[in-house]
Amino acid sequence: MSEAAAAHHAVEPAESPLTPESWGKLGMWNFLAGDAMSFGGLIVGYGILRYSSSNWPVPSAVLGINLTALMTFLLIVSSVTMVKALAAIQSGDKPAFRKFMALTILGGATFLGLQAYEWTHLINHTLPEHKLSFSNHLFATTFFVLTGFHGLHVTGGVIYNSVVLALVNSGRWGANHVEIAGLYWHFVDLVWILIFTFIYLL
Amino acid sequence: MASTTHTHPNYMGIFWVLLVLTVVEVGITFLGLPKMVMGSLLVGLAIWKAALVAMYFMHLKFEPKTLAMIALVPFVLCVFLILMLLPDIGPA
Repeated sequence: MSEAAAAHHAVEPAESPLTPESWGKLGMWNFLAGDAMSFGGLIVGYGILRYSSSNWPVPSAVLGINLTALMTFLLIVSSVTMVKALAAIQSGDKPAFRKFMALTILGGATFLGLQAYEWTHLINHTLPEHKLSFSNHLFATTFFVLTGFHGLHVTGGVIYNSVVLALVNSGRWGANHVEIAGLYWHFVDLVWILIFTFIYLL
Repeated sequence: MASTTHTHPNYMGIFWVLLVLTVVEVGITFLGLPKMVMGSLLVGLAIWKAALVAMYFMHLKFEPKTLAMIALVPFVLCVFLILMLLPDIGPA
């Protein structure tokens, strides 16, 4: 055992009971549980407001389902490339790791581009046609708050994944960090699956 | 093939299931089903998809069972949240 490894063990005297391979993983799961409550509160609040309203528009009539179905597809694909990146680095295949990690980041960035397009179109065309705006109807308010909060998570994920790609590539971080970043990224995908159903389809 | 920790689940298989379920979800909205039926189907499918992502992509299926307790806490709390707010739901 090298001195560095010995020092590392001195810093972490006991192994995490739930995630024996790392404390970081347990920390990320705890963070995600809290983050899930943030989204849960927003989605439940959306439901309460919607079913208490007498003039809530049919979401699929206002929002573009085809585009967001494509965005859902993109996030699912980027989740697959993320697990492929993890599998690659676990078997020591750095070129494959770089390729799949870059594809994951590209998927997230493309998602953000499509969301920016969607928002622009809604704000400039669709919402005015339906006489809706962020400030005059809770339909628009809750929509932008919820999808915006999720979009911020994707933005954070793209930055996070880029840092992981750089540091793992330079050898400072290992597969464990990729796994932890993966947990965050899949969570963002999972939340979008729920948002797609609750905000767009229902 | 190095499989020191655990063998990888069939990621591509999960991907295809998620894709098909998404297409089914969008398809359901065009069927003109009664509101309750459509709502139940869509919520069921969404939870199914979310569970697949958590179990396989986030490896929850292969983690110690107690870790799932952490993941389940927010869902339990959200159910409580809905139950506590039920009296306030409905047109004012």
